[in-house]
Amino acid sequence: MSTMLAWSITAAQVLLGLAMACAAFRILWGPRAQDRIVGFDTLSVNTMLLLLAFGIRSGSALYFESALIVGLLGFVSTVALAKFLLRGEVIE
Amino acid sequence: MNDVMEVPSLPTVLTATLLIAGAAVTLIGSFGLLRFRGFYQRVHAPTLGTTLGTIFIATASMIYFSALGTRPALHELLVIVFVITTTPITLTILVRAARFRDGAGSE
Repeated sequence: MSTMLAWSITAAQVLLGLAMACAAFRILWGPRAQDRIVGFDTLSVNTMLLLLAFGIRSGSALYFESALIVGLLGFVSTVALAKFLLRGEVIE
Repeated sequence: MNDVMEVPSLPTVLTATLLIAGAAVTLIGSFGLLRFRGFYQRVHAPTLGTTLGTIFIATASMIYFSALGTRPALHELLVIVFVITTTPITLTILVRAARFRDGAGSE
């Protein structure tokens, strides 16, 4: 791996970490529940992208599958939380 | 780690550029999540940012692994199709839930 690619992967990981920090701030200090759910969805997609960057750095195909699993779990749990917001208010 | 000159120059430059661009677009989208005021403004920014960032980073991974030649490099199309499909579904369901919670949801 050349030096330029290693530095660009490090820079991309730092940028993705800052994006995850923004999403974590919205999870912790979100005023309402739907803000926290949007923050969680963004956090899961950023985790998936960070795993793709780790996969480029290590050169193995294992990180790709974990990235796919993290993306799937993030989507399913976001939809489940949004449906909980809808249906909890309906019952109440 | 791989060897130094295993990958030729042009795929390396393309991979580095697409990685930086995708990470920057994702950061801009997540920063919009931090900066906008209301929920209905706030929900737009991360969906746009993460979709374009996922396209860029998955394309970078595709180019790099097809240049390495360790595996056929079309797996990342799965990630791109998945993100493009699921992001509008998430946006729609969340906005519907938020409108319901704000009291506008008789429909």
